[in-house]
Amino acid sequence: MQKRFVSIWFGHLLADWQLIRRPELAEVPFVFAAPDHGRMLITAISSVAQRFGVEVGMRAADAKAICPGLEVLDDKPGRSLKLLRGLGEWCVRYSPIVAIDEYAKDGLLMDVSGCAHLWGGEKKYLKEIISRLKSKGYSVRLAIADTPGAAWAVSRFGKITPLIPEGGHTEALLSLIPEALRLEEPVLIKLQKLGFYQIKSFIGMPRSVLRRRFGEDFLLRLAQALGTEEEVLQPLQVPVPFQERLPCLEPIKTRTGIEIAITRLLENLCKRLQAEGKGLRTGILTGYRIDGHVVQVAIGTSGATHSVSHLFKLFQLKIDQIKPALGIELFVLDAPRVDDAEVPQEAMWTAKPGLDDQSVIRLLDRVAGKVGLDVIHRYLPAAHHWPERSLQVAVSVTEKPARSWQTEKPRPTELLGRPDPIEVMALIPDHPPKFFIYKGVQHFVVKADGPERIEREWWLDKGEHRDYYQVEDDKGQRYWLFRSGHYGENQKYKWFIHGFFA
Amino acid sequence: METKSELVYKLKQDILLWQGYKPVSVATTGQIGLGVIENAFPGGVFPKRAIHEFITVYSEHAAASDGFIAGLLAVLMEGGAACIWISTSRRLFPASLRTFNVAPERVIFIDVKTEKEVLWIMEEALKCEGLAAVVAECNQLSLIESRRLQLAIEESGVTGFILRKDARKMTSTVAAARWQISPLPSNAEEGMPGLGFPRWQVDLLKVRNGNPGSWVLEWAGEAFVDVAPLKKESIWSERQDRKIG
Repeated sequence: MQKRFVSIWFGHLLADWQLIRRPELAEVPFVFAAPDHGRMLITAISSVAQRFGVEVGMRAADAKAICPGLEVLDDKPGRSLKLLRGLGEWCVRYSPIVAIDEYAKDGLLMDVSGCAHLWGGEKKYLKEIISRLKSKGYSVRLAIADTPGAAWAVSRFGKITPLIPEGGHTEALLSLIPEALRLEEPVLIKLQKLGFYQIKSFIGMPRSVLRRRFGEDFLLRLAQALGTEEEVLQPLQVPVPFQERLPCLEPIKTRTGIEIAITRLLENLCKRLQAEGKGLRTGILTGYRIDGHVVQVAIGTSGATHSVSHLFKLFQLKIDQIKPALGIELFVLDAPRVDDAEVPQEAMWTAKPGLDDQSVIRLLDRVAGKVGLDVIHRYLPAAHHWPERSLQVAVSVTEKPARSWQTEKPRPTELLGRPDPIEVMALIPDHPPKFFIYKGVQHFVVKADGPERIEREWWLDKGEHRDYYQVEDDKGQRYWLFRSGHYGENQKYKWFIHGFFA
Repeated sequence: METKSELVYKLKQDILLWQGYKPVSVATTGQIGLGVIENAFPGGVFPKRAIHEFITVYSEHAAASDGFIAGLLAVLMEGGAACIWISTSRRLFPASLRTFNVAPERVIFIDVKTEKEVLWIMEEALKCEGLAAVVAECNQLSLIESRRLQLAIEESGVTGFILRKDARKMTSTVAAARWQISPLPSNAEEGMPGLGFPRWQVDLLKVRNGNPGSWVLEWAGEAFVDVAPLKKESIWSERQDRKIG
């Protein structure tokens, strides 16, 4: 199908917006100005001001000189973009793909392929958009053509008709001025100097000549307007490809009803996902209540899945959060994030299941759904000797350790999150403690191993090194103690307990 | 005509069968590596489809229970199976599991805030057949809750370990065994300075259909090794008197 694009140009976007808010300005010439290098530069003008010869980019003082009684209003940066975004979201009713014109930032581009016939043809379609926007107070110019570039050009500079028929966009471009190609300022000046006042005077030139004189960007813009190069629009609202809707005849307010609704939605969605070899990663269930409120719950999975029973279990944990009040009349299930599902291989042999086992992944999904994802940890060895940093949290369930675990040096079975200071009697300089007091209990050391010096990683933090000792007291309990730094410095606590051995 | 003792033996076997202890043939006997301690269990086999309770009287002894469980996990997790460790205040240092032949990257730690969540996750995890074992640190466990856990295990066959660090909150449960592990002075090799292998006093306080007992065990780098029991007058027995439960 031939693609069709509409370009909407808001000639006086900010001025129109201001007039909607302050109708008393209708007869007054006014401009918007913003400070730039210590002077006020005009950023937007009203149509009345335009009649006086005021232009965008003038100094506000100069404009006041040629147009007495000119109102200068402050412009906020980003205001026009915000306005455009709002208008673009409103325009989604005409086409699902609406994008902001990135070149001039004063218009919208829409991909309307297959949309116009819903309004009874392109002519009526354009008329509808113009009249609706005009009734809101925005003066706009529209054009429809086969390429976004051509539509953009015709909407701004076209003089004959805004409706460019299929395949007619090259012809429509011929008589337009070079500015219609969305070119950079230096290129435009160069074209002007060389006497190219219309597109037709250079469109037939060899590409190599044009590239040498005007650069690659010029050729790209030309190709985009002619349709030989595809232009991708960045839609304001990314359409959700996986969505299921379930309107209800009677408003639903029971738990059983909601469960049935979820099952129905999941069955349809999963059938689609399975057919396309996809799996759900995040799902959002939206319930539209009859009192106008919207209730929403979301689930996430750690691996792409299209299993109805598993997804249903995840939603089941969330049903308590859905408040139906007077009843829900429409359920919508979105899958904003889908991934390629892995097709499980049938196992011919019976090996013990590991971490990547489906049942384990589903269990973790359920735990994450109920308690939260941040409670689940899996640790891999990290390249640090410092005990607190010797572990790193694995990112995914299937991540393999990059290095082997260190077993040469003794590490305690239980490690205290923060070393506890202890009182110690030890021979200097580097003997293990003879005896220590931890939590008010005396421990007489019978056996000891060490010291194992662990230097502090000075590029990460400052402080003393640690000399670790593995000691066993007279009761048989084994501890991991360390002395921080050397003796002889003014520190209150020099000895700490950091862990317990099995 | 059967003799009386044969009849009693047969009846005992039947009772065991009804209680879920499957008679295991010698060929498939899953040795857990506990040596003589396994004889304390019915049929001389460590019950894998059951809950094992570990009591810690002194908080500093918890590391001994951790080490003992890790030694059991090493056998249960053979062949790449995974394990879940649920806790509210975990002190276990994952890197140390390597000492007990457990691959720390195959242990999934779930650190939650309340014991209620611990029990919920444990029940869900015990239903999951893809796991080798589930360890939960949980002080409060009522009879009903433990029965729920046992029912979940009977479906899936996952071994459950419960670490109870507060001996005052002791209640009766349906656990297959109640253990108490306390550290003992290690014994270095002849004339060598420093510490030897970790050595524990293993008390089996309760065993369903088995014989409770007391042993001395050592983790000798690769496996558990039974050690001849120490004499009564050694130092650790003084603590033994003050023991609760």
